[in-house]
Amino acid sequence: MAKEWIDMTSDEKQDVMFARWMAPKDPEGNDLKFQSPQTEKAYKERITRIKDAIQMKKLPDRVPVFVLPSFFPVYNAGITPHDAMYDYDKLYAAYKKFLVEFEPDGHLGVDMPGPGKFFEALDYKLYSWPGHGVAKEQSYQANEGEYMKPEEYDDLIQDPTGYFLHSYFPRVFGALGPFQALPAFTGILEMYGLGYNFIPFGVPPVQASLKALMDAGNEVMKWLGPVMQWNMETISMGYAGIVAGYTKAPFDVLGDTLRGTRGIMMDMYRCPDKLLEAMDRLVPLMIKMGVGAAQMNGKPLVFMPLHKGADGFLSEAQFQKFYWPTFRKVMMGLIEEGCVPFPAAEGSWTTRLETFRDLPKGKTFWMIDNSDMAKAKKTIGSVACIMGNVQSDILALGTVQQVKDKVKELIDTCAKGGGYVLSNGAFFDQAKAENVKAMAEFGKEYGSKVYK
Amino acid sequence: MAGDLANLLADLKEQEALKVVKDRLAKGDDALKILEDARKGMEIVGKRFASSQYFVPDLVYSGEILKAVSEIVKPKLTQAAAPKKLGKVVFGTVAGDIHDIGKDIVVFMLDVSGFEVHDLGVDVPVQKFVDKIKETGAPVVGLSGFLTLAFDSMKQTIEAIAGAGLRDKVKIMIGGGQMSEEVRKYTGADAYGKDAMAGVTLAQKWIAG
Repeated sequence: MAKEWIDMTSDEKQDVMFARWMAPKDPEGNDLKFQSPQTEKAYKERITRIKDAIQMKKLPDRVPVFVLPSFFPVYNAGITPHDAMYDYDKLYAAYKKFLVEFEPDGHLGVDMPGPGKFFEALDYKLYSWPGHGVAKEQSYQANEGEYMKPEEYDDLIQDPTGYFLHSYFPRVFGALGPFQALPAFTGILEMYGLGYNFIPFGVPPVQASLKALMDAGNEVMKWLGPVMQWNMETISMGYAGIVAGYTKAPFDVLGDTLRGTRGIMMDMYRCPDKLLEAMDRLVPLMIKMGVGAAQMNGKPLVFMPLHKGADGFLSEAQFQKFYWPTFRKVMMGLIEEGCVPFPAAEGSWTTRLETFRDLPKGKTFWMIDNSDMAKAKKTIGSVACIMGNVQSDILALGTVQQVKDKVKELIDTCAKGGGYVLSNGAFFDQAKAENVKAMAEFGKEYGSKVYK
Repeated sequence: MAGDLANLLADLKEQEALKVVKDRLAKGDDALKILEDARKGMEIVGKRFASSQYFVPDLVYSGEILKAVSEIVKPKLTQAAAPKKLGKVVFGTVAGDIHDIGKDIVVFMLDVSGFEVHDLGVDVPVQKFVDKIKETGAPVVGLSGFLTLAFDSMKQTIEAIAGAGLRDKVKIMIGGGQMSEEVRKYTGADAYGKDAMAGVTLAQKWIAG
């Protein structure tokens, strides 16, 4: 009899997750139908290639090649980011064209732009998006701020969900301001007095917020249809979407979203113990978030965009004290449940690479942006598959020859012994299509020679 | 003990620094002299950042302490602080890009290094750069950008500066996110600075040299 999940080792769990990825299901739970035996073969070869690169137990048949853009597929299709967020047919076509044109072994899917009307329904403040704060021709961008006040650490630590509901939501969603008045749900215990807890649901402002939530949900469903359809169709064509979902390092949860960069830096001096306590509190929540996405989507890779621990953002001592411990705990929790944490070290993290090495082998997968790749290979690369870093400037402004030179240099530096995926280093918007094509095609060509 | 405040600020001792400020004011010390000491402290912070003893959080925190010092001292100020002497720099994140962390660090470092920085903020329209250069006569311009869209915005900004007949009157540096020497060539800037200190060095070279 097959082992129960709870009795499996993390190695066995990871194998199960890769096996699930290898055998995709349709929304009804049946085996997904591929368009042809060839596309099925291509899909399975891709997953095997990625698995071999990540697990580092044997060499892949060639270096896997990923193309992981931000809004590039949108520009490449001649539409605007606004189109992609408001016209789901255009979104569908643009991202499909991207896959057919560049044929990457791994891609990020179609959901990056997100549904514009949904953000409108909630009056989302954390980002400006095309037509709402930035031009229709541009990608969305974050509006950092102190969405959590320094004196609110105890509220967050005692009851994170309550804090998000009562304090954070009203600040980042204009339509949910009245949620400040919602009851404490943990006070809902007995029949006696229960009615009082529900007074907020009877007042018009809260009811308007609830209506906004339903409108937002309806819009998500309109978007989800084409997104699911796109996922099914592209798998049936043999393409592999790589991420199951995402989670974050606790320092970035606070530094990006709640306190902001300035806020968290102040807290490191003014209330370091509270900051550390809050990050510890977030660890199980961030693990649960990643594991949940992996289980739901049947794939092992959980994306983790890394931000505020980059070179220069923190001293080494600050990094060791504030960033690394809880980031590592989240990764270990994911690994324990068969997931492959997939951090993207955005910007330069060269000074942190040695520290990253303190992880079990073949269990994580690192996207490297501007860090030193030779050093990355020697450090984190000795225990984990690394990916990167054809830079955005070459893709946008360079020549095809420059791209090929870079691809060759990267494969020569990083591919030896396996554990390497060729890709861009940062999620890019603008690029010359011929350069992206050169990266993908020459990457496959040159990357098939190194393991022969 | 005039050095105390400068050192306390440089060592990021917020509470002690603020206490010294209050004590000195209570003793009737000149507000301008207190601010001057604080400025010396910030200079030390800048030097420590330049030599990688300090990092961004230390800069941000020192700025916060300085702000608190200024708030205490300001009501007692009888005359305006002396103007910055080194020279003027116009700075901003280019049109379409709303990222400010990198820009703020360079502006901070230029400021503590003695430059008069005219910070135009983020998503700065091309014309605003041109107008500010005309208004201030600044010989140095800094263009910041995080996203690849900034490549074109920078190029357009520099073209507009040239179109206004100002290109030979200013030196232009770019920096941030995905910027590089390759991007510098594309935009037509004079230099690319890979970090805040590179920006300060460029400004010093262009203004003093």
